[in-house]
Amino acid sequence: MCDTCGCNITPGNEHLIRAGGRLARTGEGREAVTVLESLLSENDHQAAHNRQHFDRHQVLAVNLMSSPGAGKTTLLEATIEALGDEFRMAVIEGDLETENDAERIRARGVDAVQITTGSACHLDAHMVHDALHKLDLDGVDILFIENVGNLVCPASFDLGQHRNITLLSVPEGDDKPAKYPVMFRAADLVLLTKTDLLPYLTDFSPARAEHHLRALASESPLLPLSSTSGEAIDSWLAWLRTEMAAQRERVKQGGAAAQGPHQHSHHHDHPHGGHETLSGNSGT
Amino acid sequence: MHEFSVCAALMQQVERVAQEHGASRVERIVLQLGPLSGVEASLLLRAWPLVASGTLAEAAELVIEPAPVKVECAQCGLVSEVPPNRLLCAGCGDYRTRLVSGDEMLLATLELSQRETRAMTQPCA
Repeated sequence: MCDTCGCNITPGNEHLIRAGGRLARTGEGREAVTVLESLLSENDHQAAHNRQHFDRHQVLAVNLMSSPGAGKTTLLEATIEALGDEFRMAVIEGDLETENDAERIRARGVDAVQITTGSACHLDAHMVHDALHKLDLDGVDILFIENVGNLVCPASFDLGQHRNITLLSVPEGDDKPAKYPVMFRAADLVLLTKTDLLPYLTDFSPARAEHHLRALASESPLLPLSSTSGEAIDSWLAWLRTEMAAQRERVKQGGAAAQGPHQHSHHHDHPHGGHETLSGNSGT
Repeated sequence: MHEFSVCAALMQQVERVAQEHGASRVERIVLQLGPLSGVEASLLLRAWPLVASGTLAEAAELVIEPAPVKVECAQCGLVSEVPPNRLLCAGCGDYRTRLVSGDEMLLATLELSQRETRAMTQPCA
């Protein structure tokens, strides 16, 4: 709960606070307690700790989300190819089953931890934290978290990342932002992938895709690229370089580098699951 | 379909708040859920009994208050209610808006009691 900054208080619920404070008695001897706490506060706390972890190790953490098959792993392969000499990278892979994606990344000489979620449709902050035990963050500049391919559920869970990237591939159609507003609203950057298919899939209009994105009041850049042909990949690499520099600068300022959806550092006055064991677990 | 995870997280919170207040039963749970939270109210309501079964909130009434999507325009200042995938100012049409409501996913209030055994209640109409 965020009592200090009041970030959970909206025009829709402020009447609950004003009407007699957080505690009241109802007619039947019940005690009514105003909580106003995010349903995912446990996840958000863990995410905040993950983010502190990344910051302590000067790691830029990037969460990649998209439909299955939009080209997240192929983008990572091309990125490793292009920036392998410039940055030390690591990848956390989320899939329901198989180590296939992690193996593709490892084949490029980059550390990858595969999380198999079983039937879970998204990664959460606790899963990512568990995966961090298997990575030496001191040897990492950029950590990519490749989320489970799904345009719905991953958008609701903060993992502790600094930036969210959503991929929209040309075969999916240009109205995806209108159909999945929660996901595309969460994106700090939208990558329009598989642009080498544009000559064949003539219904797809990049301008319309951007129009639907702007209708979500999003000012996030939309960058077209093709990971396989390498076309226009430079803008993406430039974006990463800028973000990496910004993260280093934030850490140098010693500040709250957090740029996630629920950024605040605060003390916990209530017990909750095990993050006390978090400190000093880097690099096992 | 992450409503089950959300229900499990809700259950943890409900149990914690009930414990903090020394309550033995949870009578009523009020949530606020906006369309931009990514959580579907009907699925949440269906998943809840599975999670609440056998807990102190087993018989609790789960109420979900909708939170309309509203944006405030940075240009003209108007606050308007808009569809979830069209967050443009309803007045001047500008896209530079700020969401003021609609992405809530909150445990708003709980009603707790000390009764060990539940008194006879009216059946739901």
